[in-house]
Amino acid sequence: MSERLGVLKTYKLFIGGKFPRTESGRSMKVADGVGGGQAHVCRASRKDLRGAVEAAHAAQPGWAAAGSFLRSQILYRVAEMLEARSGEFERSLAPGGSASLSPTEEVALSVDRLVAFAGWCDKFQQVLGTHNPVSGPYYNFTVPEATGVVGVISPQSPALLGMVSLLAPALCSGNAAVVLASSANPVPGAIFGEVCVSGDVPPGVVNILTGDPVEVVEHFATHREINALHAAGLTDEQSTTLRSGAAENLKRVCIRETNEWSGDVCESPEWIEPFVEFKTIWHPSSA
Amino acid sequence: MPAAIPASPTVDRVMADARAGAFATRSIKKDAKVAGLLLAVSMIDLTTLEGKDSPEKVRSLCRKALRPFDADEAVLGFRVPPVAAVCVYPSMVGAARELLDGTGVRVASVATGFPSGQYPIEIRLEDVRDAVRDGADEIDMVINRGAFLAGRHDEVADEIRRVAEACGVAHLKVILETGELETYDNIRRASDIAIACIRDGDFIKTSTGKVSPAATMPVTLVMLEAIRDELLRSGRRIGMKPAGGIRTSKQALHYLVMVKETLGDGWLTPTMFRFGASSLLNDLLRQLVKEKTGRYAAWHDFAEA
Repeated sequence: MSERLGVLKTYKLFIGGKFPRTESGRSMKVADGVGGGQAHVCRASRKDLRGAVEAAHAAQPGWAAAGSFLRSQILYRVAEMLEARSGEFERSLAPGGSASLSPTEEVALSVDRLVAFAGWCDKFQQVLGTHNPVSGPYYNFTVPEATGVVGVISPQSPALLGMVSLLAPALCSGNAAVVLASSANPVPGAIFGEVCVSGDVPPGVVNILTGDPVEVVEHFATHREINALHAAGLTDEQSTTLRSGAAENLKRVCIRETNEWSGDVCESPEWIEPFVEFKTIWHPSSA
Repeated sequence: MPAAIPASPTVDRVMADARAGAFATRSIKKDAKVAGLLLAVSMIDLTTLEGKDSPEKVRSLCRKALRPFDADEAVLGFRVPPVAAVCVYPSMVGAARELLDGTGVRVASVATGFPSGQYPIEIRLEDVRDAVRDGADEIDMVINRGAFLAGRHDEVADEIRRVAEACGVAHLKVILETGELETYDNIRRASDIAIACIRDGDFIKTSTGKVSPAATMPVTLVMLEAIRDELLRSGRRIGMKPAGGIRTSKQALHYLVMVKETLGDGWLTPTMFRFGASSLLNDLLRQLVKEKTGRYAAWHDFAEA
């Protein structure tokens, strides 16, 4: 009897809760720790980005309205699903690897990070919001609300932890996200979409593209329906592209310079703050 | 003696679906795309048909119809043409008339007890006369689907003839409400009946927009073929209006391809082909901005009607 052939995995994009191929029909050859050899992942085009933004724009109001507790439960469930598939993610991280973290450590930290931001879902409002003193018989509150659609550009490494650390704070406050996975190792990003589906993340709230940053970063910056950007590990040239494109349409840009992804600093509410809009309300009442 | 209604051929559902599907695989880029988008804008019947419509909502829609994109010259470098018509309920015709008189944008009104048509014929005819009296240039009528499905085709034909007469100089569009007609054969039969009872330059139209499914490519193809067969038979030229469910530029371009390949360039004009739509307009504008600037626009860059 001949030796059984393994099922080779072909990695797709994750857009609107589905796993489509790129409309461009292009792929990239990458080392694949899960399949134990090489694999092809989609090389997304700007049209895929457009489709992902449409999906995110449609899903975002429902996600924001879902309420803090439900968002918290869903993020926690994503963490559960990630933990359950930790073996697969560890294998996916083996090629390339991170300088300072073992695959096991990186997956564990990614789970913990999701749990941390699941916890923040119903608490960041108290930390970022204020009760403002006013000289009159009124209450005056400032409350944080979701910005809208956030573009997440993941660092090359750590492929999983970097992506999760940039994504989770944006989701926490009710934003939808369009993520560009690490191009050095896109496989963890590609399979993270499956974790989102089994974690009951509503379709369109998280969208994940794999591809060449050189091609799509510019369109992340100039797309007027993306309201904010969370990025790390960019080249100077890409930072400039991102900032100048975003300046034109006044979107918020937050580029992280950190190399220390394991620290508590990445779980601070300061990571949530760039992706909220502050609304101040006067409440007429005899205080 | 009214013209006889021709016998209708049967429609092969599988082939109609396959043929319609083939139009959606064409790729239209660059200059051809821009031309197609602008043509589609000029073919829109910008529509509001809601119970909560108010005169101010209609006036706002009319302003959008006349100048679809107020930053057009700054962003695109040229004026976007006005749409073909504004389509409203009869009670709103006066409000639309105020702003559209003399502009070239026509006022269309639904009538005949839209959307159900479940009223006595005299009331439906009075509805038409009222709308025409108030200044409607075009009347969108609904056929009596109950009578059609019960097999009383002569009654349906007779009613369409009476409505056409009541329209006077106003153009007539006959809504088949294909979502309620069950089969392609019925849609073809209803198209043939309507075509036989209306005048040159009048339209047949798929849907009210109140029933799902509304316009689809295969249904529109069946109707376009009925129009083509009438053209070949008698030389009469009947217009076509798909309505409801057409929301994206891509869909609109696919419809234009289908019209061109079924009826030819003669139908690629607002006098022979219309889109019944509202949200389509802003998607067309978004794509125009993308083609001209290379950047994707946001929904909030364009005024809602």
